[in-house]
Amino acid sequence: MKELVIISGKGGTGKTSFAASFAYLAGENAVLADYDVDASDLHILLEPKIKKTYQFYGGKKANIIREKCIGCGKCQEICRFDAVKNVDDKFEINKIDCEGCGYCYRICPVDAIKFEDNLSGKWYISKTRRNSTLVFAKLGIAEENSGKLVSKIKEVAHNLANENNKDLLISDGAPGIGCPVIASLSNANYVLIVTEPSLSGFHDLKRILELVKHFGYSAGCIINKYDINENITKEIEIFSHNNELEIIGKIPYSDSFPKSLVLKQTVVEYDKLDIGKTVERCWSKLQTKL
Amino acid sequence: MKISVASGKGGTGKTTFAVNFSLFLNNIKKNKIVLVDLDVEEPDCHIFLRAINSNRKKCFREIPKVNEKCNLCGKCAEICEFNAIAVANTEVIIFPDLCHSCYACIELCPQEAFNIENIEMGEIHWGIITSNNFYFVEGKLKIGEVMAVPMIKQTKNFSIEKFGENSYFIFDSPPGTSCPVIEATKDSDFVVLVTESTPFGLYDLKLAVETMQKLRKKFGVVINKAGIGNQEVYHYCKDEKIPILGEIPYSRGIAELYSQGRDIISIPFIKESFRKIEEKIINLV
Repeated sequence: MKELVIISGKGGTGKTSFAASFAYLAGENAVLADYDVDASDLHILLEPKIKKTYQFYGGKKANIIREKCIGCGKCQEICRFDAVKNVDDKFEINKIDCEGCGYCYRICPVDAIKFEDNLSGKWYISKTRRNSTLVFAKLGIAEENSGKLVSKIKEVAHNLANENNKDLLISDGAPGIGCPVIASLSNANYVLIVTEPSLSGFHDLKRILELVKHFGYSAGCIINKYDINENITKEIEIFSHNNELEIIGKIPYSDSFPKSLVLKQTVVEYDKLDIGKTVERCWSKLQTKL
Repeated sequence: MKISVASGKGGTGKTTFAVNFSLFLNNIKKNKIVLVDLDVEEPDCHIFLRAINSNRKKCFREIPKVNEKCNLCGKCAEICEFNAIAVANTEVIIFPDLCHSCYACIELCPQEAFNIENIEMGEIHWGIITSNNFYFVEGKLKIGEVMAVPMIKQTKNFSIEKFGENSYFIFDSPPGTSCPVIEATKDSDFVVLVTESTPFGLYDLKLAVETMQKLRKKFGVVINKAGIGNQEVYHYCKDEKIPILGEIPYSRGIAELYSQGRDIISIPFIKESFRKIEEKIINLV
């Protein structure tokens, strides 16, 4: 089984639109995963039916039992995250600020602090309208541990692909260059970077490629909206050539993307002739890389 | 005044708004305007400002370092909730990427066998942008460094200390709804949520709204690329009584200016739109 992970460094370059199109084209042959657990969007276009829902416990949180608290303030003194507040001479923990280190509950002289598993999100196994399996998640508001949740989704998607003898996993990666995207990339067979020819897009492409190379993955890129700035497109092409980043395709600026999105269709369904064909060619090329 | 600019997802035009709004404010306000790029994983404001920040400051976070007093008792590994410490037969292994700098291991070690080590996590850059009163600060995380929150915190605190509470701060926040965006918005007087009127935009806006409600922040919405998509974002805001502060229209011309890293406040209708946004924010704070 091979995994294709699609990332972008920067948001808004069209990563999810491409992931959804490839998922549509692959149909039943692929398992799909959405690693953007903060703002997972792939399901919006694939409209899956949820088959199973699971709870995700990431880390722990401390909670002070008001009746037991003697107001000594030790917990507030040692908390490095300013999570402990004094309320009428007793103490309370702000759940949003608590990082779950457990230091406070260990030093509380009267055992007034509970330290419990924290429900930080949910994840789902679902069937898309193309009859493929999609694994995605929804992280609770203001929760962390997104790297761990990404790893969980990845593990489940890999297992499902293997159990069902699917030879392909298409994954919509997390944004950024931090922990979630590093977790997205683990064991990827090929990384597709979606970029756009703007000064900021190029800047982020360089940063994300540095990360991809750091971990030794092979990668290609799609330049979306390539005609919006042909000078930067040229620069990206030269940069790609010099950095062993293969150009998988160039897509022109087109209204088909927002228009298909509004109809909750993938662009290959909406625009079968022009943009759709170009995206299909990218897909054919990508398959040879896996 | 502290205003954070946030969005559920990336690519909605957060940076475009933050930069151009700051430039706009610089023309009409007497206060110091300080634009702070807190999207420390991918700070992009500098590209639009053509900023050459001559001032740089390395940022560090503190992690434990074992000294010779260690007798391998294993207490540190037992108490570390982040699995950042492992005790092997002959040594204690520390994984800096997992460490949250909570100090529990350092202060609870029975042998006092830990010192503190500073590890570099990134840099703060800052400088004056124009001859006017417009300053720019940027936090930039090192590649491969995973802890965004301490970097955001240090960048934010540095800016406030350096330029004073009386300045007009615009914080360009990271995308998403988890810890980094909480850190970037929690001290602000007002949060501008930038969205676009598509199903992706609406879905992510709802998450951002939930986050701001949980933080009990005052907030309003700016609709970017207005004209593409549908009316659902407008209906949602109306139903939920969320103020729409203004719009930036969808236009290839703006996309081209953006790609070149140019500002858009020279366009008269943008200037007018920003004037109204500023007015509405003042009424809401």
